[in-house]
Amino acid sequence: MTPTLFGRIQTRFLLLATVGLMWTAIVAPVLPRSGASIGTVYTATLLALVVVAVVGVIWELLYHSIQQYRWEKDWPILFSLLLGIPEGVVAYYVLGTLLDPAPTPLTFTPHFVSTWLVVWLTAVGPFRVFLIRWRFRGGRIL
Amino acid sequence: MTEADLTPELISSRRWSDQDVQAARLPVVDVPFVTIGGGLGSFAITDMLRIAGIPSTAIKVLTSIDRPDQTYQFLAENSQIPSEERLRSDSGSTMDNIWGFPSYALREAAASSGLKAKLKPLWTVLTEPVIADYFTPQAGKVYEGVTNEAERIGWDSMTAKGQVRMVRARHGGGYFTVLTPPRGTPPPPGSGPTKRVVYRSSHVHVAVGYPGVKFLPDLQAYRQTHNDFRVVNAYAPHEYVYEELVRRPGTVMVRGSGVVATRILVRLLEDREKHGAQTTVLHLFRNYVEGPQGESRRFRRQGRNGFAYQAFNYPKAAWGGQLKEKLEGLEGQERADLINAMGGTNTPLRRRWDHIIEGARADGSYRAWVGKVTSIEPGPDQVINTTIVDPAQGTAELGANYIIDATGLESDISEHRLLADLLSHGGAGRNPFGRLDVEPTFEVRGTRNDPGRLYASGSITLGGYYAGVDSFLGLQYAALKIADDLASTGFGKRIRLGRSTREWWRWMRNGPIPN
Repeated sequence: MTPTLFGRIQTRFLLLATVGLMWTAIVAPVLPRSGASIGTVYTATLLALVVVAVVGVIWELLYHSIQQYRWEKDWPILFSLLLGIPEGVVAYYVLGTLLDPAPTPLTFTPHFVSTWLVVWLTAVGPFRVFLIRWRFRGGRIL
Repeated sequence: MTEADLTPELISSRRWSDQDVQAARLPVVDVPFVTIGGGLGSFAITDMLRIAGIPSTAIKVLTSIDRPDQTYQFLAENSQIPSEERLRSDSGSTMDNIWGFPSYALREAAASSGLKAKLKPLWTVLTEPVIADYFTPQAGKVYEGVTNEAERIGWDSMTAKGQVRMVRARHGGGYFTVLTPPRGTPPPPGSGPTKRVVYRSSHVHVAVGYPGVKFLPDLQAYRQTHNDFRVVNAYAPHEYVYEELVRRPGTVMVRGSGVVATRILVRLLEDREKHGAQTTVLHLFRNYVEGPQGESRRFRRQGRNGFAYQAFNYPKAAWGGQLKEKLEGLEGQERADLINAMGGTNTPLRRRWDHIIEGARADGSYRAWVGKVTSIEPGPDQVINTTIVDPAQGTAELGANYIIDATGLESDISEHRLLADLLSHGGAGRNPFGRLDVEPTFEVRGTRNDPGRLYASGSITLGGYYAGVDSFLGLQYAALKIADDLASTGFGKRIRLGRSTREWWRWMRNGPIPN
C-alpha cells in the first residue's frame, strides 16, 4: 500500500467505523466476559474502537515519518499486520484509564486481535472494490 | 468508379465539415467514442467505459492487431519474457480487472494445487518486499485474463481493422478519424469503393503505444554503413542470436542497464548453465552506478555493480501515494526532474537474477565495462570491434560477435504519422519530455472541440502529471480519469460504490456486460 498521511487517517477511521463496527457488533456477545453484563462488554469494545481510532492518529504520524525513509514511499502490508501488537498494547492501557473497572485481557484480546485481522484483511483485499479510486489516492476517501 | 480517397483540401485543412467529407465521397460511420490503437491502452479504456455503462455499439476500436495483448506480448517475448516468466508488475495491477481484487497472487494461490503451492504466492505478497521479493505475475496469466475480459466486454464486436491516418476536428463539434482498412475490405453498406473510412465521433482516445524503438545512434550508424545484422535491438526478434551462441562459442556485447538488459544478461547466462553455451558477455555501461543514488536519506535508492535498483519503473507511491500527489502539483521542468529522479534507467533486484550475474562475474563469463563509444568497426574473424574511452580507465577495444542494444530508446512521437498530424493539424503540443501534453484528465491540451474531447494514454503521454503511464496500472488509471471526465459531460456513469460493487460481482461471476 502507498498511503499518504491523510489517506492513512481517513482509511483508519472509515474501516473502523464500518468493518470494525460491524465485526464488534457480531463478536461482542460471544466474547468471554467473566461475569460482566453484555452492556458492559459493548461499552468496552466500542470504546476500544474509538481509542484505536483516536490514538491511531498519533500512530499514523509516526508511521508516516518512518515511511519517508523508504524509497518506495510504500507501507508493506506485513508492517500493518504486525503493528497491531504495539497498537493493541497501548490501546489496552489507554482503555484501562478510561473505564472503571478496566476490561480484562480475556475480553479485550480476542476482540482486538480479531477486529485487527478483519480490518487488515479488508484493507489489503476487497476494500478497493467499493471505492475504486481509493488505491490511487493514497487511501484518501475525501 | 475510382476509389474515394482523401483530397488535398481535406489533407491541408485543420477542421472539416460534414459536407467536406461528403464531397470527397468518403463513407462515414457514426459512433460516439473511438479509441485508436487496439492494444492494452484501448483495452483499458474500453473495459472501463463498458463498466461505466457505455454499450458496445457506442465504442469503436480502430486497430491493426488481432488481440489487445498482441503487441505487448510481442515486445515482452523479444525482450526475453516468455509466457511462463514473470513480469515487472505488481500483484494488484490486474490488467483484466479494474479493481485490483482478486489480485494475481490470490488467483495464483486459488489455481495452484497442493497446500505448499497455494501458500507460496500468499506468503510472497504478505512479506513483500521485506522478506520476499515483490510478487510479480506470470506473463501468460496476464494474457489469459485479458483474453477472458475482452470476451466478457464484447471486444471483437467493437473492433475495425486498419491503420489510422489522421484525426481532424469537425465543424460543429467532435472529430473525424480516418481509417485505411486493409486492401480488399468491403466498403461500409451503401457506399462505393473507397480507400478510407471516416469515423465521426464525439470523443477520440489515442493509445498507439511506442512511436517506435530505435537503436543507439552509434549502433544505427554502424548498421547502416555495414548492413550488419549482428547488431540487434532487444525489442526486435533476435532469437537466432541465442540459438547461434548455443551452437558455437561467442562473445556478446550488451548495451544498456535497465530491466530489458538484465533479462537479456540472464538469458545469455542461463543458456550457459542449461544448454552448455560458451558465451562471454561484455556489458557496456554508459553510466555506472557505484552505490546508492540520492543525496537525501529520504530519497535514496539502492545501487551497485553498475545498476540502479528498484522494484518497478518508479517507486510504488508514484502510482497512487505521496509521490503521485507531489507530481500532480508540479509543472514544466520541475515535473520532468521528479520523473527522472524517480525513474531513469533502473532494474529490479531479484535474488535469482543477481545470483546468476554474480556467479558469471566470478567465473569471468560476465565482464562489465564503462565508457563512451568512440568507434564501432568490423574486425577479422566475425568480430565487431567497439572502441570505448573511459576517463578513469583510458581507451579499450572490445571485440564481440553480436551486439544487443537493450537501451530501449524510443523514437520521437513525430515519427508516428497520426501523432505528427495531431501536432501539426490537431492543436496538440508537447510536454517537458517532448511527448503529448495532456491534462490531469489525460485530455490532450489544445485539441478540445466541444462537446467532443480527445484523450491519450500510455507511453506517448510520459512527462505529464502521472509518472507510471506506461504500465498496466497506469493505463487503468488513465482510463479511470478519462471515464470520470466523460461521465462529467454525461457520457457514461461515474463508477461509484453501487455500480462498482455490482459490476465487480458480475466480473466475479464472469458475466458478460450487456448492451
